[in-house]
Amino acid sequence: MPSAALVPGIALVGCPNCGKTALFNMLTGSRQKVANYAGVTVERKEGGLLTPEGRHVRVLDLPGTYSLRGRSPDERVTRDVVLGLMDGETLPEALICVADSTNLRLVLRLVLELKALGRPLILALNMIDIAERQGCRIDVDRLSTELDLPVVATVAVRRDGIDGLLNAIDALPWRSLSSTAAHWREPTSQEIRAAHRQAERILEACAFRPGDQGLTNRLDRVLLHPVFGVAILLAVLFLMFQAVFAWANPLMDAIKAVFDLLNQEVRILLPDGMLRSLLTDGIIAGVGSVLQFLPQIVILFLFIILLEDFGYMARAAFLMDRLMGGAGLHGRAFIPLLSSFACAIPGIMAARVIENRRDRLTTILVAPLMTCSARIPVYTLVISAFVPERAVGAGIGLQGLVMFALYATGILSALSVAWVMKRLIWRQAAEPFLMELPAYKAPMLSNVLLSLWQRAEMFLRRAGTIILAMMVLIWFLSSFPGAPAGATDPAIDYSIAGMVGHWLEPALRTVGFNWQIAVALIPGMAAREVAVGALGTVYALSATGDEVGQALQPILAAQWTLPTALALLAWYVFSPQCASTLAVIRRETNSWIWPTVTFAYMLALAYLAAFLAFHIAQWALA
Amino acid sequence: MLDGSREADREENSEALPLSLRRKPWRGRVVALTPVETGGVPWSELERRLLEMGFVEGARLEILHEGPVRRDPIAVRVDDCTIAIRRRDAAAIVCQEDRV
Repeated sequence: MPSAALVPGIALVGCPNCGKTALFNMLTGSRQKVANYAGVTVERKEGGLLTPEGRHVRVLDLPGTYSLRGRSPDERVTRDVVLGLMDGETLPEALICVADSTNLRLVLRLVLELKALGRPLILALNMIDIAERQGCRIDVDRLSTELDLPVVATVAVRRDGIDGLLNAIDALPWRSLSSTAAHWREPTSQEIRAAHRQAERILEACAFRPGDQGLTNRLDRVLLHPVFGVAILLAVLFLMFQAVFAWANPLMDAIKAVFDLLNQEVRILLPDGMLRSLLTDGIIAGVGSVLQFLPQIVILFLFIILLEDFGYMARAAFLMDRLMGGAGLHGRAFIPLLSSFACAIPGIMAARVIENRRDRLTTILVAPLMTCSARIPVYTLVISAFVPERAVGAGIGLQGLVMFALYATGILSALSVAWVMKRLIWRQAAEPFLMELPAYKAPMLSNVLLSLWQRAEMFLRRAGTIILAMMVLIWFLSSFPGAPAGATDPAIDYSIAGMVGHWLEPALRTVGFNWQIAVALIPGMAAREVAVGALGTVYALSATGDEVGQALQPILAAQWTLPTALALLAWYVFSPQCASTLAVIRRETNSWIWPTVTFAYMLALAYLAAFLAFHIAQWALA
Repeated sequence: MLDGSREADREENSEALPLSLRRKPWRGRVVALTPVETGGVPWSELERRLLEMGFVEGARLEILHEGPVRRDPIAVRVDDCTIAIRRRDAAAIVCQEDRV
C-alpha cells in the first residue's frame, strides 16, 4: 500500500441518520482507524478502499450535518475538513454526499451548498432499496442532469450495492484535481430559503415522490404515546439496567477469577519482594479491577447501539426532554446518567450520544454523582454497622430507607449541579431543541458488532495505558516506604499514603474522620470499594475479600461514633476518589481541565456534605 | 352580505397563529417565521436552524405527537420528514390551517 500522504482521500458527508456509517463500513470493511480529533471530543474514522481500477483511496467518515454552518463541534469538524481548515488533516480530493433516498428534501440543500464549493462531488442515494419498498420514486438520471453531478443509487447493506459508487469514484477527474482550499461563507436566511426553492424545483423536475412512512407512524403512535410510550421507555431502561447489573455479573466474576488466579500464580512463582508486590497488588489487582467493567460496558453499548440504529434513541430523548430539561440537561442525557448507576465509566462513554458539546460536558461532569455499584460495599458496611435493622413502616426497613436516601441524594445533587452549571457557569442561552425523528430501521448485525468492537477496544486501550499508570502510582503511594523492622502498626501506616493520611487528618477531623479513615481514602482512589479493604488493612485485619466487611463491622461500631459514620456516608455520596472515572473523563474530553474540575467540585461537595452530616448529627444527639 | 360573513368565518378558522399554540391533530402550512424571545440563541441563528430543518414558508405541517409533560415537545411532519421541536422554539413558526 502506498504511503498515506500519496493516497488521495475522499470524505463522506451527509445528514444524520442517512446510513452514512453503514456505507462507510461497506466501503472500507473492518480496516478502520478510530481516533479523536485533537482538542475536540469528535470521533475521527478513516478507512481505505481499492476501486475496480486498482486505485487506493482513503475514506474519511465525517459527522452528520444539515449544513456547513457548524452549529456543534461535530459539525464544525465536518466543515473544517471539507474546507481544508482542519489542523493535521489534508483537504480531501473529493466529497461523497450521502443521502437517505426516502428523505431527499433537506439533504438537497446540503448538496447545493457542497456543490458551490466547486470540489469534485458525488451524490450517493443511499438506502434506495428501502425507498423503493416504501413506494418512493425518483428519476436518478434527471437528478444527475439537474444537479450536474454524478448521482448513484447505493444499498449500504449489500456488497453489490456499492458497485455503482465505486465506478463513480473511478470516473472522478483524478488527474486534474486541485488541492486548493475552497471558498465558503455562511449563507444568510434568504439564501437558505432560495436553496429550498431550488431543491423544491429539482424534486418536482425529477418526479420525486416521498416514501410511505406508515409503519414508522404506527409505531410512533405507541412508542411516543404520553402513557404507553413512557411505560415502554421505562421498561426498556429497566431491561437495560437489569442487563448491565445482573447479566454482566457472571462474566465479571469470571474475569475477577482469572485475575485472582493470575495473582496467586505470580505469588507462588515470585519471591516476596517489591516486584511481586508491584505485579500482584499493583498491576494485576489494579487492571483487573478495571477490566471487570468490560462486560458491563459491552452490554450497555450493545443496548445503546441497537436503540440508536433502530431509531429509538431520538424517541427516548423526545419523551424525556421536558423532565431532563428542567435541570438543564438534554433529553439524551437520560441514558448515560442511568448507566452511571452501574458504573460512571460506561455512563461517561455513553454521553457520546449527545451532540452538543456543553450538554455533553454537563452530563459527563454529573455522571459520577449517580450512585455507582462501587459505592455499595461502603454503604453496606457502614449502614450494617450503625443503622439498626428496624421496620419504619409496612415492609420498609430503616436500613433500606437510608440506602434509598443515599441514592436519592445522589440523583438530586446530579440534577442540581447540572442546573447550576447551565445557569451559572455556561451562562448559556438554552439551545433550541430541534431534532429529526428518523424512520425506524432494522439494525444490521455486522454494523452493530463493528461498533461494539470499536467501543470495547477503546476501553481496553484506556485500561492498558492511563488507568494502568494510575494503578501503579496508587500502589506506589500505598507501599513506599515499607514498614521498618519490628514495626507494630500496619505497613500502610508508614507509606506515603499513610503520611498523607496523617497529614490530612486535621482537615478531615472537622468532618469527624479519624486517621484510619483518612489513610483508607487514598488507596480508595483506585476504586471506591477498595476503601473497605483499606480500612481492613488499617485496622490490621488479616481477613480478605468479603470477610473484611463482616469482621470490620463490630470494630467500626465500637470505634466510630454515629456522626462519624453518617459523615462518611455523606462523603461517599459525592466522593471524588475514583481514578478510572477521572481517567475516562480525561480521555473523553481530551483535556485535563474537566477531570480536575470534576475532582475539585466533588471534593468540595463531599467535604461540605460530610461536615454538615457530622455537625448536624452531633447537635441532634447532644 | 351572506357570502361576506361566511368568508369572515373562514378567515377566523384559518387564522395565522404560532405553531406552539396548535394542538394535535392539526394540519396546515408555514406562513412566516417571526422573531420571538426564546431566551435562547439569537434570532438570526434560530431562524436559519428552523429553515435548515425544513420550516420554510409554504412547508406542509402536521402535528403527529405531543410530549408527555405539558404536551411538550411536539413531533411535526414537515413536508417529508418528522421533526421534534419544543413549543418554546415553535413559537417562531407562524402557520395557518389548511382550508378544507
